[in-house]
Amino acid sequence: MLEELFMPQSEAVSEKRFILPAGQFQRLFDALHQRGYQTIAPTLLDDAIVYEPVDSVSELPIGLTDEQRAGAYRVKRNPEGRTFFRYTVGPRSWKRYLYPPRQRLWQAERNGDGRFHVLAEQEDVPRYAFIGVRACELSAIQIQDRVFLSEQYQDEHYRLRRENALLIAVNCTAPSGVCFCTSLGTGPRVRDSFDLALTEVFGNNEHFFLVEVGTERGASLVEELGLPVAADQQCQMAEALIDSAEQRILKRLDTSDLKELLYRNLDSPHWEEVAKRCLTCSNCTMVCPTCFCHTVEDVTNLQGTVAERWRQWDSCFHVDFSYIHGSAVRISEASRYRQWITHKLASWQDQFGVIGCVGCGRCITWCPVGIDITEEVRALRRREGSRAAPASPKEENHANA
Amino acid sequence: MTRVTKPKLAVWKFASCDGCQLSLLDCEEELLEVAGALEIAYFPEASRAVVRGPYDISLVEGSITTPHDAERIHQVRRVSRFLITIGACATAGGIQALRNFKDVQEFIRAVYASPQYIETLSKSTPIRDHVFVDYELRGCPINKYQLLEVINAYLNGRKPNIAPHSVCSECKRRGIVCVMVANGTPCLGPVTHAGCGAICPSYRRGCYGCFGPKETPNPAALSKRWKQLGMKEEDLVRAYRSFNAYSEAFRRESESHERS
Repeated sequence: MLEELFMPQSEAVSEKRFILPAGQFQRLFDALHQRGYQTIAPTLLDDAIVYEPVDSVSELPIGLTDEQRAGAYRVKRNPEGRTFFRYTVGPRSWKRYLYPPRQRLWQAERNGDGRFHVLAEQEDVPRYAFIGVRACELSAIQIQDRVFLSEQYQDEHYRLRRENALLIAVNCTAPSGVCFCTSLGTGPRVRDSFDLALTEVFGNNEHFFLVEVGTERGASLVEELGLPVAADQQCQMAEALIDSAEQRILKRLDTSDLKELLYRNLDSPHWEEVAKRCLTCSNCTMVCPTCFCHTVEDVTNLQGTVAERWRQWDSCFHVDFSYIHGSAVRISEASRYRQWITHKLASWQDQFGVIGCVGCGRCITWCPVGIDITEEVRALRRREGSRAAPASPKEENHANA
Repeated sequence: MTRVTKPKLAVWKFASCDGCQLSLLDCEEELLEVAGALEIAYFPEASRAVVRGPYDISLVEGSITTPHDAERIHQVRRVSRFLITIGACATAGGIQALRNFKDVQEFIRAVYASPQYIETLSKSTPIRDHVFVDYELRGCPINKYQLLEVINAYLNGRKPNIAPHSVCSECKRRGIVCVMVANGTPCLGPVTHAGCGAICPSYRRGCYGCFGPKETPNPAALSKRWKQLGMKEEDLVRAYRSFNAYSEAFRRESESHERS
């Protein structure tokens, strides 16, 4: 049912590709507004490229690119020129819109006769059109669909936002230093579950978007805009850009035996080593596009006549998160980091059938001290390797020195 | 729900600037509601009218810095059912705890014309070092919404929704871009207790740590990163030595950089 509702296969609609000249990009925004969508797209805010309501293409990060490495993010001018999408993902993800950081779930009021009644939340959710969704982010949305829209448990608040959301994807052509989507098979090329997918071609006096159609909704937009069919050569130009991006993604996460690796290492001394560096500040979980953990709190008015239940983003790095009947079960920093990475890469597979990581690199960039999930996995493998093979005399000497 | 008698509230001041108790007056429209739900029985900053104790809730502002106050806090405890300390002075010793790192007698000689009249303790200490404290509200100053939340929770017999985690969680929920990662600005947010709503990062400044250490803070890891960003040892000492200088985590961290 999920698949039918939200994950249409792109090839079912059209194999044809179309051309949207960059100078006409605003027409797409206008068409979406006319259909009643609120357009959310990348824009520069406080020195980062983030997703915000954007009505005009002039608000996009024109001519900007980003540089990312562990613990550092910088927006730079793109020497190529006035491009729209030559950067990767910023600190916010689309989950901010599909699964807001804080929202009221319901209210209750006392009747005055010792009883109370519940007031359901009447949500007025805009119809979102997300513009600039990357391949890794489409995968992340699909993962959150599994969490919030499973056969067993349906989250109405997520469903309301998700089922009307229109997704206009963008193929990555400028990966950053923390990207490792190729290791997870989630990018840089957009493959499915989009309405439209754009590839921005820039250079040699050309600036256009190659447009792929993924759904009927997408097809009707292309029709309304009257976009011309792309020539083979134009398609090849776009393909070459994505191929080149793929070649430039150098960071790797070895996923072979990954679940077993983490399960074998629950008692590894490595967790204590990470704990020395980890701030348990929760930034990694907050920026992660798949992390879905939240807490629920009840607030009251002073008189105690009205109560409200609120849900807000929480994190497995918070001590209270593991509070169970009288005490938290994950007090040590080591146990909290282990919980996060083991859930993300291993037990997520048992729980939802997929790895919980899409290789977007946000947790690496936005960790204030630059802890790198791929490096920690590598370190675990190294430790196992050195345990399996007896240490050489030289290494022993070094250890004793 | 009707209450037969309203719980009595008292507000006490020790060594402090009054900013935290002003937060109660600062509640403005909510203050009328508070006054409706509680009897404001002892609050010299707001009214000379005093209702005798004992009191159901005592809000205690300020740190203990004199022998007289070290006695007086026991009297306050005796007349209080729930004692809630408010602010960095009451919970960590405040900015005046900078004396704890130096010789207070030297200060007295340097500052006062007649030092023989000054009777003060060598250290400024938080209230919990002297009496049992039921709840601590952090901040310099406290956040008025957190104060209302504690009073509200007390009146309704529930746990206050006050999280001990980092300021970073507040930044991320608000969608504030990290000043450390995006600008290289040193920020105490990753080791600091939430509660202010991430005011400074929202103005593109690093967190000053007004709410003191968060749960399980790791300032050593943060300092290491700050050094990579170009901060000097003496500046690290100063960064941890402000309103919450004498909180254990910040004190140890500042001392470790003083020694090296």
